[in-house]
Amino acid sequence: MRHRSGPAPYILLAPFLFIFALFIVYPLVRSLGLATERSFGPGTGEFVGLENFRLLLVDPLFWKAARNTLVFTAGSVFIQLPLALLLALALNRPDLRGRSFYRLIFFSPQLVGLVFSGMLASLMFEKRTGLINQSLHAIFGFSLDYPWLQIHIMPMLIITALWMYIGFNMVYFLAALQNVDKSLTEAALIDGASKTQRFYHVTLPAIRPVGTFVVLLSIIGSVQLFELPFIIFGQTPYGGSGPDNRALTLVMYLYRQAFETGDLGYASALGWIIAVFLFIAGLGQLVLTRGDRA
Amino acid sequence: MSGTRKTVPGVLLTHTPLLAAATVTLVPIVWMVTSSLKGIDDQFNSLFLPKGDGLLGVGWDKLTLDNFVRLFEEADLGSAILNSLFVSSVSAILATLACAAGGFALAHYRFRGRGVVTVLVLCALIIPPPLLLAPTYELLYHLSLLDTFTGLLLPGFAPAFGVFLFRQASLQSVPREMLEAARIDGCGEIRAFFVIVLPLLRPMVGAFMLITFLMWWNNFISPQVILHDPEKFPLAVAIAQLKGVYYQDYGLQMAATLVSVAPVMILFLMLQKEFIAGLTAGAVKG
Repeated sequence: MRHRSGPAPYILLAPFLFIFALFIVYPLVRSLGLATERSFGPGTGEFVGLENFRLLLVDPLFWKAARNTLVFTAGSVFIQLPLALLLALALNRPDLRGRSFYRLIFFSPQLVGLVFSGMLASLMFEKRTGLINQSLHAIFGFSLDYPWLQIHIMPMLIITALWMYIGFNMVYFLAALQNVDKSLTEAALIDGASKTQRFYHVTLPAIRPVGTFVVLLSIIGSVQLFELPFIIFGQTPYGGSGPDNRALTLVMYLYRQAFETGDLGYASALGWIIAVFLFIAGLGQLVLTRGDRA
Repeated sequence: MSGTRKTVPGVLLTHTPLLAAATVTLVPIVWMVTSSLKGIDDQFNSLFLPKGDGLLGVGWDKLTLDNFVRLFEEADLGSAILNSLFVSSVSAILATLACAAGGFALAHYRFRGRGVVTVLVLCALIIPPPLLLAPTYELLYHLSLLDTFTGLLLPGFAPAFGVFLFRQASLQSVPREMLEAARIDGCGEIRAFFVIVLPLLRPMVGAFMLITFLMWWNNFISPQVILHDPEKFPLAVAIAQLKGVYYQDYGLQMAATLVSVAPVMILFLMLQKEFIAGLTAGAVKG
């Protein structure tokens, strides 16, 4: 039985509930109202009904931002996660020397944070002076002037995020791999299953629940991409979104609408589109894991 | 695992790709360090360390701390460091206390509204933060809290995922009998929370404080939106500004980035286990 004891739980919960009500519940409810307004700065809202959503659907910049965000998300899910699993598989041997050393190194970029990684990436990929072009020039005689960031911004962002987060995802996969039932692997070995067969029929099904969770986390994080491109292009004439808006992401468009144009309503409508998209992705994950016979 | 060969080719086969990957991972960090130690003249005539006639063909004498000096004298990064330390520590301590108290209350007591609060906490986990950006800004405007540390910090004091984590931790590691015994000895409930429960939750307290500190240290979007006065900028925002002013000055930019990243890296090296536990648990938030 749980303890009944007067006001104690309310006192303990009070600080949390106060902040939660004021800064989570209220803004959430308010964002629904805001989404039906048009404004120029806070406190100037005017009711426009569903106009914001109608405008968004025909706004070419919204679609551009959606496409860029989707490309980045696909890169994270289809390139970064398989590589993270590969790293985890390579490290998942009890007798491997230097295991914790490798783990430490692969994990450390996560701590650098998006802003400071953006600083690093913007200098590394810069034409003429960046490490990438200087190395390519020294080794292969590659053109020093090749503008990676201006032409291939999305692949560059995918690479930067890969550097930052691969170790983080690897830690999840490693934990999952360590829970794979050893007797199953051994039984499969005795039955003469090859290495590939064991991977596809024993290991992969066993780590699937963690796998779908990591995919969901990766989608949630990627869809909110903002800091990396904002830092890389923020102080250039392109103002955050890069030449021809090649680096414009959904959250960056939200930021611009809310704090540069001052239209908190349009930004909230966009926020709801992002939220609904993530909600559907979450539901998808739930359906997929429920389908697992654990 | 079977079939791990201890032969020379076997060892090479496992370690060559791993070492290559580790090198690639470290190159940006090494480049950041060496660039921050090079003067303007040496910045672009060598990839890493400046060329010279010293040991290994490196001009060791050309290395300089000038960039770091200029960082504090010209770019005035000192106040940004203090701002970051202040914002991150205050948030880490207060958020941990609020979440530990709330999570423990949800796990331990039966009271009216417990079900509702638990469901609300779970629902809040799936709210993407950008959705709340505009309405929070509007709210802070009406409360006259824009451009204040209070306005920046207050919304972050009670993250739902923290309450969720501490609820789970309390269910696992706070034995009911111990609290019963304390009650019989006449210990009040709130006192029991501080004296008995918090020490029992220590691993989660440590992990959660670390990730909250790290999250605020690296947080960019809220200070960027809420603060306007450069005197109040934390490192992340100050450095984005610095990048615009000193955009050609790689040495200074890399020194600034190094100074920003180093405290977190050192903390991590000392408290690796708590960090990884906290970061992987905290990812519930996404």
